[in-house]
Amino acid sequence: MFFKTDQLQHLLDNLQAKGYTCIGPQVRHETIIYDEMTSVEQLPQGINDLQQPGSYSLNATNGSKYFDWANGPQAIKPLLFLPKEKLWSSAQDADGKISFSAVKHEAKKLAIIGVRACDIAALKIHDSHFLQQSFIDPYYQARRQDLLIIAVNCSRPADTCFCYSTGDGPFVPSLLKQGADIVLTELQDGFLVTAQTEQGENILSELALQESTAEQRAESERIKSNASKQNRQLPKLDIKSRLFEELNNEAWHNIAEKCLSCGNCTSVCPTCFCHSENEVPELDGKSSSHYREWDSCFGQGHSYIHGITIRSDTSQRYRQWLTHKFSSWVDQYGRSGCVGCGRCITWCPVAIDVTESVAQIVEKHHD
Amino acid sequence: MNKPKIAVHKFSSCDGCQLAIFNLGESLLILSQLVEITHFAEAGALDEEATVDIAIVEGSVSTSEDVARLQKIRDNSNYLMTVGACATSGGIQALRNMANTGQWIAEIYANPAVIDSLDNSTAIKNHVKVDLELWGCPISQRQLLMAIRALLFGVMPVEEHDKVCMECKRQQTVCVMVTKNEACMGPVTRTGCGALCPRVGRDCYGCYGPAENVNTQAMANRLQGLGLVNDEVARRFLFINSGADQFYLQGQRWKT
Repeated sequence: MFFKTDQLQHLLDNLQAKGYTCIGPQVRHETIIYDEMTSVEQLPQGINDLQQPGSYSLNATNGSKYFDWANGPQAIKPLLFLPKEKLWSSAQDADGKISFSAVKHEAKKLAIIGVRACDIAALKIHDSHFLQQSFIDPYYQARRQDLLIIAVNCSRPADTCFCYSTGDGPFVPSLLKQGADIVLTELQDGFLVTAQTEQGENILSELALQESTAEQRAESERIKSNASKQNRQLPKLDIKSRLFEELNNEAWHNIAEKCLSCGNCTSVCPTCFCHSENEVPELDGKSSSHYREWDSCFGQGHSYIHGITIRSDTSQRYRQWLTHKFSSWVDQYGRSGCVGCGRCITWCPVAIDVTESVAQIVEKHHD
Repeated sequence: MNKPKIAVHKFSSCDGCQLAIFNLGESLLILSQLVEITHFAEAGALDEEATVDIAIVEGSVSTSEDVARLQKIRDNSNYLMTVGACATSGGIQALRNMANTGQWIAEIYANPAVIDSLDNSTAIKNHVKVDLELWGCPISQRQLLMAIRALLFGVMPVEEHDKVCMECKRQQTVCVMVTKNEACMGPVTRTGCGALCPRVGRDCYGCYGPAENVNTQAMANRLQGLGLVNDEVARRFLFINSGADQFYLQGQRWKT
């Protein structure tokens, strides 16, 4: 199906009428961030992003498209897995008795507009981590259950993107379960649209839809084919096994010489989910709040156990990140933890390229 | 019941960290019910020689009489906690450690003979045992209260030594280095400030000193890549915490 560009505002209005808070991409702080929105005028119309290792900038184009860019530093992750969150609190009464109380899991009904295929893939990984293991995370679950996702296929990947190589993009796969509700492809004068869930179908039924033409479908195919030509890719080798076979490769040390061990890569990674937990007592000592916040395998605390820091230097920490992301992740979640969004490349202050790092290590393998 | 006693001592400093204590608002009232503040000259309490549970020390050692006074404070306290860059690494006045102090004094003062100043401004830990350190210029009030609270519970506070980058990301602050080519020191600087500077779009200038496991060499190379000349790279490290080893050594490498 197809709808004209002017229907986009109707879509937002309809979602809000159904009680959704709309979240969408907007130009802010020299990048594109996802935040609450009510009008299509807030979208990054006529904007391109120029991404290079360690560098991000926006350019104005003469075009009228709203989604003619690749991505910003974050998308869904901070909306579902909060960077800092109170989990529970405790209090001591006058008799010294301690009571514990849970934080209520109240969440707004969110509709996120303009989600990319890489972030849908990351969402599915987070679903598997937070919802499908032995313990369900109630905080994530509360935000996830009413979430509505309107994905937009990528038409213009950045230099740092390699989703084609991981198999996660540039287009959202057509038969995803628990991924997007609606998938759009932006054409010159409107959007090709498909619903992937019943909820998505209901929302679409209120728009002025037209049958798509063969010409429009051909344009979409051209966009997909162009967006699949990406500058970066992962080596076509058995990365999972080879990384584990190369634990003592000197390349880990070469990378560590450049790495700041700052944790930017893991923070912008849409699949990294490590966190620390800490206790924040009130000054009077009578009550305390228990928080969790984003942590990183690049920090000391991540491998600190009872007086010992197991991974004290950067080569060990980088190795931990890469071997988890590409190797042990497969054993845990059935796929690699990398969705090819390229954020860790762009947002690394010293321009370390994860595709190069992987190649450096696995291609040195001696058979 | 006797309340734990706290003293706030000042050495060479701008008093900004004492003001941070003074400016705690309601928390200061709560604190005053939990502890007895025996000495805090800026706030009026004067009993410098009292024996205390926690001595909070601001400022660097800068004159010959400081050394003896500091030793007495150490002898009279159970825990000694340094607050701020001056006490913890020597502060901005440690820049003189790289110059000829005698010559500076002669050039600046009409009567240099009355100036009693050591050649170097040094951190408290260079002279006595320090039990815990709060970095920053000035310190974070949140960290100060957390530290006192932990000591009152009878435990050591959890040290925060991640890089500022982690805090930027937790606050959803967009990286000023990647988007604006700012010479941000966040990747080598200890968190604790709440990413105060990047949050308003400017670069971190390292006032919390070095984080754990810092790669100052890679940081310096990156600063050079951003277009800073050698002296500018040196000055990024040799500023508020020039007395901190990792910053000092990297700064010296780039100094021309």
